[in-house]
Amino acid sequence: MATEILMPALSPTMEEGTLAKWLVNEGDTVSSGDILAEIETDKATMEFEAVDEGVIGKILIAEGTEGVKVNTAIAILVEDGEEVPAEAPAAATAEPAPAAAPAPVAAAAAPAPAAPDTDSSPDWPEGTAMKSQTVREALRDAMAEEMRGDEDVYLMGEEVAEYQGAYKVSQGLLDEFGAKRVIDTPITEHGFAGIAVGAAFGGLKPIVEFMTFNFAMQAIDHIINSAAKTLYMSGGQMGAPMVFRGPNGAAARVAAQHSQDYAAWYMHVPGLKVAMPYSASDAKGLLKSAIRDPNPVIFLENEILYGRAFDVPVMDDFTIPFGKARIWREGSDVTIVSFGIGMQYALEAADKLAEDGISAEVIDLRTLRPVDTGTVIKSIMKTNRCVTVEEGWPRASVGNYISSVIMQEAFDWLDAPVINCTGKDVPMPYAANLEKHALITTDEVIGAVKQVTYR
Amino acid sequence: MAARKTTKKSNISAEELTGYYRDMLLIRRFEEKAGQLYGMGLIGGFCHLYIGQEAVVVGLEAATEEGDKRITSYRDHGHMLACGMEPGGVMAELTGREGGLSKGKGGSMHMFSKEKHFYGGHGIVGAQVPLGAGLAFADKYKENGRVTFTYFGDGAANQGQVYETFNMAALWDLPVVFVIENNQYAMGTAQKRSTSTPDLWTRGAAFGIAGEAVDGMDVLAVKAASEKAIAHCRAGKGPYILEVKTYRYRGHSMSDPAKYRTREEVQKVREEKDAIEHVRDLLLQGGHATEDKLKAIDKEIKAVVNQAADFARESPEPALDELWTDIYAEA
Ligand SMILES: Cc1ncc(C[n+]2csc(CCOP(=O)(O)OP(=O)(O)O)c2C)c(N)n1
Ligand SMILES: [Mg+2]
Repeated sequence: MATEILMPALSPTMEEGTLAKWLVNEGDTVSSGDILAEIETDKATMEFEAVDEGVIGKILIAEGTEGVKVNTAIAILVEDGEEVPAEAPAAATAEPAPAAAPAPVAAAAAPAPAAPDTDSSPDWPEGTAMKSQTVREALRDAMAEEMRGDEDVYLMGEEVAEYQGAYKVSQGLLDEFGAKRVIDTPITEHGFAGIAVGAAFGGLKPIVEFMTFNFAMQAIDHIINSAAKTLYMSGGQMGAPMVFRGPNGAAARVAAQHSQDYAAWYMHVPGLKVAMPYSASDAKGLLKSAIRDPNPVIFLENEILYGRAFDVPVMDDFTIPFGKARIWREGSDVTIVSFGIGMQYALEAADKLAEDGISAEVIDLRTLRPVDTGTVIKSIMKTNRCVTVEEGWPRASVGNYISSVIMQEAFDWLDAPVINCTGKDVPMPYAANLEKHALITTDEVIGAVKQVTYR
Repeated sequence: MAARKTTKKSNISAEELTGYYRDMLLIRRFEEKAGQLYGMGLIGGFCHLYIGQEAVVVGLEAATEEGDKRITSYRDHGHMLACGMEPGGVMAELTGREGGLSKGKGGSMHMFSKEKHFYGGHGIVGAQVPLGAGLAFADKYKENGRVTFTYFGDGAANQGQVYETFNMAALWDLPVVFVIENNQYAMGTAQKRSTSTPDLWTRGAAFGIAGEAVDGMDVLAVKAASEKAIAHCRAGKGPYILEVKTYRYRGHSMSDPAKYRTREEVQKVREEKDAIEHVRDLLLQGGHATEDKLKAIDKEIKAVVNQAADFARESPEPALDELWTDIYAEA
């Protein structure tokens, strides 16, 4: 039976090409793999091979022809001894590529942001007994509790076992759970992050400790390309239920390579969840939720906060859900939005502002993906002004995103432009005085609030 | 045509040999069809064919047991077919349709099957190496006796993460077979232009990992090596490296003008070393099958592939709301 040989698409972007040269003549016998012609695409000259065997019955497009559209019949292949049909076979055999359906704009655009429908339930029942605990202890307890409850949860990282954690967060875990579940790795972030993601594909629930998130840059390919995207790429068949945790942001006097806030980086990535707690109770409740979550979670801690004590509820199983901000302080004149160590500046500023008669509402986002913008919007509908506070760099910051949501959803409620207080747009310097200037300060937050309240 | 070297294996059954013939032919015909559909614009983007390398995955798979795992790079269609994934589902993923194994969201390079213990399809060169060791880590943790096959190319063998993984796999005795599919080229770079030592498997020596090289154009040799490697892993002796010397006949991907090697070089391998022709000769010369029987198999495979292609064209494009699904798993 005669078949048409069609102008092939030879690159992802090719729509037409030049039939540079025929390497066969009418009457030639060809078999699979023989080169039929040279075709110039938009990028290169390529050899075009036969797929089927037969005899070249007729050449339809002469060599040297430019602008031959993909899928045009360029020759007719017949079986040995067969006549070339008088008329070319119906063009219907040439199947055009399905036109990329122009997606209706509404369907392709991000779903409309939900109206502020917020969860303002208390984090623990009234009357719950409390105890004072450091963030460090709270994190350790969260891991220990989850490891007790689920055999598939294990911890791996540099110095997590025998050394008890570079920052002593995993203190006591080796003793309780043994070397099978608390694993010291070599210094090989790219490798062990990949192994942990593979282990998660294989049914375990790894907790990966990065000595600090600065070093997770070595592993970022596995965090993003392997952990965050696999559920999507597999059509929902498999994903990476795991936690990447460790200290993030500036410590003190460790300079540029050891002092960076990655909040905005990870918040950018669909498929990841991101938590950045401030208090010990949030550290505990969120880490427990993170370990149980069937998705890859980035859990950003802070070295300076590790030793800080907060009240933590004494409960058998205390968790904090992702995507629920916490209002630390109610106020009426301005909304200060922060998370992680930024909360320290936000709260300090609110105290001082109160002395000047300015009432600030302070919101801790707690998680950045999902992020509870509803609580922020609700607050702005009351205060009409907003300042965001974070330690990271100013460009493409978390505050930029929050501001954009506010602009879209609460524009008419705003009485002043939102100000983003951030770290300075410089690598972290070493000198004590310069470092202080590079970081966000309480005075800057106060200044920003005065600006948006026109005081 | 130069005479093809044929290994004489007397203890092999007709059934087994015919099985390899069938499995390899399915991959070859499937890939040829994929190339055709690409030419018609039905498959887009990058599409890396496995033609020439069929004996590697067919030989390795022949020694596996239910529950063993595999993971590979973007050159993955052969691995999927060899572990039993539906040709229609694979082809429909290539065409980006609803009936594809990733619902059209992964494409040629990113496909998975939990059911067949196939863990992808990875587009980042070398990334599957620690991921595969991680699968083996999970199996060791669960003490289930399973082995993971982690396939990667000669080009990938130069990635740092491969050696990070070798170290940990050896340190922790992970049950993983590292299969280096040495097809002699990484895109347009011949192995000798990128690699300081010719024998890639010897790189395990620095970590105390045992291994060997095997002729990847001889499915029986590959199967024998696979058995040995699996036995090593199941005995708890840690990882094993198999460097399988093979050759890809087609371009790196569909859009490769292939100026880095001569036509004659390719033709010579095709004529003298082709893995499918090799088994065909064994079948005919050993009196295991007649020309007619093989013709019938060819016809059967052609029908399977045509059916897969029809399914891949007829399956609708994914619904637009699929854009928003499978980003997060529900708790
Ligand atoms: C990290 C990374 N770098 C570069 C590429 C682009 N790339 C894709 S395949 C390839 C060659 C890999 O060759 P090899 O490992 O020998 O595998 P083969 O294609 O021969 O199967 C390159 C450079 C990539 N996908 N990922
Ligand atoms: Mg290669």
